[in-house]
Amino acid sequence: MSDSPITVEEHGPELRHHFVDAEQQRDAASLGMWLFLATEIMFFGGMFCAYLIYRYWYYNEFAAGSRSIDIYLGTINTAVLICSSLTVALGVRAAQMGKRKLLVTLLLITIVFGLAFLGIKGVEWYQKFEEHHVPGNSFNASDLERPPYSHGEIDQRHEQIYFSLYFAMTGLHALHMIIGIGIFVFLTYYAWKGRYSPKYYTPVEIGGLYWHFVDIVWIYLFPLLYLIDRKPLR
Amino acid sequence: MATVAIAAERENYLNQEYGIRSWLLTTDHKRIALLYLASITFFFFVGGFFALLIRLELLTPAGHLVQADTYNKLFSMHGQVMIFFFLIPSIPAVLGNFLVPLMIGAKDLAFPRINLLSWYLYIIAGTIYVHCIVTGGVDTGWTFYTPFSTAFSNTRVIEAGISIFIAGFSSILTGLNFVVTVHRMRAPGMTWSRLPLFIWAMYATSIIQLLGTPVLAITLLLVVFERAFNLGIFDPTRGGDPLLFQHLFWFYSHPAVYIMILPAMAVESEVVACFTRKRIFGYNFVAMSSIAIAVFGFLVWAHHMFVAGISLYSALIFSILSYLVAVPSAIKVFNWTATMYKGSISFTTPMLYAFGFIGLFTMGGLTGLFLACLGIDVHVHDTYFVIAHFHYIMVGGAVMGYLGGLHFWWPKISGRMYPEGWGRLAALLVFAGFNLTFFPQFILGYMGMPRRYWQYPPEFQVLNVLSTAGSTILAVGYVLPMVYFLWSMRYGKIANDNPWGAAGLEWKTSSPPPTFNFKEAPEVTWEAYNYDEIPAPAEVPVER
Amino acid sequence: MFDNFPLWPIRASTGAGNVDALFIFLLALSALMCAAIFAMILVFATKYRRRAGVKAEQIEGSSALEITWSVIPMAIFMVIFAWGAVIYFHERTPPRDASEVYVVAKQWMWKLQHQEGPREINELHVPVGRDVKLIMTSQDVIHSFYVPAFRIKQDVLPGRYTTAWFRATRPGVYHLFCSQYCGTMHSGMIGQVTVMEPAQYEAWLAGGITAGSLAASGDSLFQQLGCSTCHRFDVQGRGPNLVGLFGHPVHLEDGRTVIADENYIRQCILSPHTNIPSGFKPIMPVFQGLVSEEQLTALVAYIKSLSPPPAGGQGGISLAPKPQYPKE
Repeated sequence: MSDSPITVEEHGPELRHHFVDAEQQRDAASLGMWLFLATEIMFFGGMFCAYLIYRYWYYNEFAAGSRSIDIYLGTINTAVLICSSLTVALGVRAAQMGKRKLLVTLLLITIVFGLAFLGIKGVEWYQKFEEHHVPGNSFNASDLERPPYSHGEIDQRHEQIYFSLYFAMTGLHALHMIIGIGIFVFLTYYAWKGRYSPKYYTPVEIGGLYWHFVDIVWIYLFPLLYLIDRKPLR
Repeated sequence: MATVAIAAERENYLNQEYGIRSWLLTTDHKRIALLYLASITFFFFVGGFFALLIRLELLTPAGHLVQADTYNKLFSMHGQVMIFFFLIPSIPAVLGNFLVPLMIGAKDLAFPRINLLSWYLYIIAGTIYVHCIVTGGVDTGWTFYTPFSTAFSNTRVIEAGISIFIAGFSSILTGLNFVVTVHRMRAPGMTWSRLPLFIWAMYATSIIQLLGTPVLAITLLLVVFERAFNLGIFDPTRGGDPLLFQHLFWFYSHPAVYIMILPAMAVESEVVACFTRKRIFGYNFVAMSSIAIAVFGFLVWAHHMFVAGISLYSALIFSILSYLVAVPSAIKVFNWTATMYKGSISFTTPMLYAFGFIGLFTMGGLTGLFLACLGIDVHVHDTYFVIAHFHYIMVGGAVMGYLGGLHFWWPKISGRMYPEGWGRLAALLVFAGFNLTFFPQFILGYMGMPRRYWQYPPEFQVLNVLSTAGSTILAVGYVLPMVYFLWSMRYGKIANDNPWGAAGLEWKTSSPPPTFNFKEAPEVTWEAYNYDEIPAPAEVPVER
Repeated sequence: MFDNFPLWPIRASTGAGNVDALFIFLLALSALMCAAIFAMILVFATKYRRRAGVKAEQIEGSSALEITWSVIPMAIFMVIFAWGAVIYFHERTPPRDASEVYVVAKQWMWKLQHQEGPREINELHVPVGRDVKLIMTSQDVIHSFYVPAFRIKQDVLPGRYTTAWFRATRPGVYHLFCSQYCGTMHSGMIGQVTVMEPAQYEAWLAGGITAGSLAASGDSLFQQLGCSTCHRFDVQGRGPNLVGLFGHPVHLEDGRTVIADENYIRQCILSPHTNIPSGFKPIMPVFQGLVSEEQLTALVAYIKSLSPPPAGGQGGISLAPKPQYPKE
């Protein structure tokens, strides 16, 4: 692509030519990522809306379903994600300070945490599959305990709605994690190649923003799905 | 795209590089705009073809042309194609893409590669939808109401849902690009209050695209999941709520209509200003009304559900709010009209479309007042009255805005003039054909003819015949520009930089512009619409 | 083709006149508005067409004008809103002693059952001058009950009851349309409402083959299905006494208080464990899948017949705030 006749001062190869200067490029990228995260909030918001309505209507089934998912694994996953956000934040700082090796290490640890999260989630899903709690034709939640204050049996159909939302919400979240890990693989590669420096680390910063967002979604999902009613049953 | 012969050999974005790769891998916003132009024109004719079949079927009360199931697919796909693959992208992806950087003095959009990605997402979505059409189509109505779409329809609902889901992301990314561009890439001196009103309206549109489309995405995804994995979220026999679907669906689909009309209002402001040679009356109010429409547009969705089974009190609230959102649109119409006072008006093709727009949008908007009115809506909901209302806005408003804009900026886009005589003829045909097609439908609706009816009682026939007659005239009016725009690319008169004598940065560069838009970075020291300083050119006809 | 070319729908109910009046008001307003704008544009386009040597006059705007043409339309809109709201409120509040017709919609027909017993398919016979309330549900997808001549329309949903009402004013035969797209023969799901003089209607009723009133068939179902074993009227049984239940508040085990309307009764039959009244055990069997929609409407009608019409209340679906979509 031919150089613009508008000459600018010396700049690195990462300055795209339609931008006037590096600061404009950085600002644009940052604003772009924040706006994208706003769209993600609206995206997840639709599901949260459905969740809130059905939880209000079918509280007992939601409580029973919530009790049946593994709170230990869920808590571990929450800790994993929070730690990964820490490594991301430290990584951005490392980039700011020009510490390439540290940055690469932190990015790799983040990826490992992400994979650990997905692995644990896979185990949880498998548990649900074994227990026939996966919505569909083989769904059977008659093994769920109901709390003493609830009346009558658990309505299987309402229970299925809880698990439909459980899989939809955690599934879409996991998809976003996978995308995030993919992004971080690229970031790690370019970081290792030395592309990022205190003058230019925008991709790390906005990649980090995305990762934090995915983390925050989980921080909402965890209490909503796992912690509806953990009072001891007896 | 075939090579375009340009007599004057100035280097511009069209002749800078040749070959299919230079088009399919371009990141130049102007070339991407043309890629969109070609694709949406294709879908316009697909949707238009379905419409023609619908109107032919409705010539007689009994179903003679196609089977009931086929008819149901025709109106469903007409709606989905026209809305998601034509109207929503049209002005933003063609005119917006082309003009936004030019108008603010930038070299490109903020994210050119994401812009190309937007187009590819659109193409992927479109391909999937075409596949859906040829493998059986979808018959849920464009609105996908549950439980019909999730548990009863035997058509390719999942495929259509996935296709529109992907198209939604194309729309979101375009909106994102525009918002960042307007915030961060304005030329020095281009303050917010010096922005053309086109930019204000495109900005408001982009906000809606950003915040509304994701809700459609998740809603369609849930419908797809429900159908594919047999969930029960919207199925009442399994504890789900069909009304939940409607709320989620309309939460996007109402703001969506503002995505479709705001850009046409954007064009209207520019065209009226140029061909009255005046700054738009009440610039601040027009700019703010765009933002107001975007905001209030998110608050009125359940006016599509007055008879759906919502509570009386919800209905009251949504009705009041719907009247609120009508006010900014009315303000715009008054301001455009006031601009004509003591102007110097010429009747070029774009201006004819602009006149048509004001008239038809006013009628469409006024009939919106009928629908927002609870007592009336009970009677006319889901009848041809609603169909007439939204076609007055979408076709009489948005499509005329789109065509007017295409004609206005054609010299800038192609470096050629279209033939003015043919342009005016087509505009008049469109106006006449449109009114004959859709005005009878108001009467049909109040009479009680429901929408989505393959067959109907005989007393509705005369009005249906009139409507079909009108649609044939309308079709001719649409084909003409296709023909003469293509013709003009080879044989049209060569355009100079500013054939209309229009204000705006886009007219300060060559026609067509160079790849990086401006030879020198502009610095803006004047207000928008400085028509007192710009002489009227020879191109614009002078009345005796 | 020209035999029948009307341009305005017949008015055949008490509500139709009000709707038409508002519509005509809006028409007049719109015509005025259009005339004003079009006239202005025409005048401006002529008077201010481009002429050599005459320049346009740049006018920035006028805040006073902007405010005026914002406030005045808004005021007019509020009038329209209020007028429409009054009509709507009236339309959605059935009179308390209306006679009832139960409607079950399915792809692609209307099944109607009068209180007195007769069943009809795609046809509804009603007498002039009587308030008729429709209590409607769907067996499959969403339909919509639309009678243009009465200016009434109400979506008919699966899984719950919705209501509409009218009072016919002129004998005649009027279209009944389904106006919510419901599949292949949506446009074939049409019927007619026949409004008759009261004497004729009685004759029609008597001449029809009826199996007794709806409530009576509900009564026999009540015995058949074993409901009377627990819901006794003589002594306190294992289930609540249903006499006097309908239309009155019920205190539930979980602390809520709800009004026992049609939707509540239906819900109790289909998923009893969701609404246990306070003081009772959750032992009622689930009838989901064991009763058809028609049987449900018969049972509901029977239980309603066990209560006198609530004094001062509104018949039918109460407007008390509660989850709009009942648990089921």
